[in-house]
Amino acid sequence: MLKIENLKVNYGYIQALEDISFQVKEKEIVTLIGSNGAGKSTTLMAISGLVDKTGGKITFDGQDITHMRPERIVHLGIAHVPEGRRIFPSLTVYENLLTGTMGNRKLTKQRQKELLEEQYELFPRLRERLNQVGGSLSGGEQQMLAVARGLMMDPKMIMLDEPSLGLAPIVVEEIFNMIVRIRDMGKTVLLIEQNASMALAIADRGYVLVNGNVHLSGSSKELLSNEEVKKAYLGA
Amino acid sequence: MNRLKEYVKKNQKMILILILAFAVVFPLLGFEKSTIRIFCRILMYMTLAGSLNITNGYSGQTSLGHAGFFCVGAYTAAIITTRFEVSFWPIMILAGIFAAVVGLIISVPTIRLKGIYLSIITLGASEVIRILALNWQSLTGGSFGIKGIPRPVFFGFEFDSPLKFYYLFLGIALIFLFVSHRVINSRVGRSWMSIRENELAAKSLGVECSAAKMMNFAFGAFWAGIIGAVYAVYVQYIDSAVFTLDEGFNIMSMVIIGGQGTLVGPLVGSVVVNGLTEVLRPIGVWRFVMYAALIIVMMWFRPQGLMGASNSILAGGKVKMKATGKAKRKETTP
Repeated sequence: MLKIENLKVNYGYIQALEDISFQVKEKEIVTLIGSNGAGKSTTLMAISGLVDKTGGKITFDGQDITHMRPERIVHLGIAHVPEGRRIFPSLTVYENLLTGTMGNRKLTKQRQKELLEEQYELFPRLRERLNQVGGSLSGGEQQMLAVARGLMMDPKMIMLDEPSLGLAPIVVEEIFNMIVRIRDMGKTVLLIEQNASMALAIADRGYVLVNGNVHLSGSSKELLSNEEVKKAYLGA
Repeated sequence: MNRLKEYVKKNQKMILILILAFAVVFPLLGFEKSTIRIFCRILMYMTLAGSLNITNGYSGQTSLGHAGFFCVGAYTAAIITTRFEVSFWPIMILAGIFAAVVGLIISVPTIRLKGIYLSIITLGASEVIRILALNWQSLTGGSFGIKGIPRPVFFGFEFDSPLKFYYLFLGIALIFLFVSHRVINSRVGRSWMSIRENELAAKSLGVECSAAKMMNFAFGAFWAGIIGAVYAVYVQYIDSAVFTLDEGFNIMSMVIIGGQGTLVGPLVGSVVVNGLTEVLRPIGVWRFVMYAALIIVMMWFRPQGLMGASNSILAGGKVKMKATGKAKRKETTP
């Protein structure tokens, strides 16, 4: 579904991504793991067109999206939930969700309502807080809102950038359960995580990024039993 | 306070109708012409501040150059109606469109510039427009201005008294509020607000940020142009000295005092600032000191403005902290 070949990104003279290649197939959860500065977030930003690419090729559903504008990429059905949640703090939860539909022009009023119901079902806490402003939610609720907002455009693929960042362990677990449910709804998920053990526990496949390169790849099982991964990321 | 809010929410329609009826009947209570003129001013600035609020309050792009758009509208109407025998009404729309085009041109840098840099561009543009009006003798009459701008006529009904203009200004303010209300609650309005709240998130949701910002500037400028045209035929004489930066800041102070990002805010701001101007007339120039003091006090105690919600992003740091997640991150990272 998504294919990335030899992606290169520079921030000024600093090379953030040297050579990244990977694939995401339909309806699977793929995770990119790696330490700080490995290039995980940059990879996502490059896919959704928020940073300029120096080289490489990105195709989605057979279409070349390497140099497309961000909004066109969103229209193709890629939702990006950016790092640090970035919900709209002074809009209400409901308005936040509505803003999520901006990226999909084909949504009818009816479908929009169905999508809202879907989100309430997935995140019952959002329904309770519908008229509260986004900034007054707790960290976990904000993360749920950010994910729900991304799902409101009814995307084919959703990219989550560190959804567990700064959340209590019990909330992290809740979020990961939701990611599995999102996949079961028929969406493809590209997940970025520092919490490698959690990410590999729910993912189908994973890639390990080191200094802007794909260092290792394989199914989650293989990676979980890999000595190097164990040592570096799982703390074993 | 909360009970009052709930009451207002419940009886919204009735209150609106009451205010409207009041606005229609009030000037008929036998005021002097000069008093009616003050009401006209208040209504005029309601639309003017409201249109600036579209840019500053809803999309968060701080424009300081609103007097420029006002100037473009006023001069467009003045130049055309004094040279050609045409009906005022299409000219009014044309003045709006012309101001919107100027707004579009000025908004081009907004694609790359943010914050204070953008504000400086709009400030400069406003001055450029004024200086053009001052020096383009053959077209604008230079420092002599344009005299004898004809009164508008509506199907044989001539607008020749402040009272008649009062209703014209009221009508325009109502149309402006209605249109803005619809736009703000549409996809377009949501895209503006999402840019104000967080541009990167807006982009990641597929908002075409540059197009939305340009449209926002054009929309605000359009209404400033319309009100400029009406202003020109109302005072019948314009010169460039009216459209200085002071005027721009005057409009902005109404938006800030009233409350950015709310439709009601600029209306209240216009009443407060124009009311103060009249009340403080006896102390002369000293009243500018009072304005400054008022703005400082507002920033201190109610940064979101008189009508702003207490949970507005402008109201304080607490909300902001949570939004970036910094407060929580410290606790949970081992």
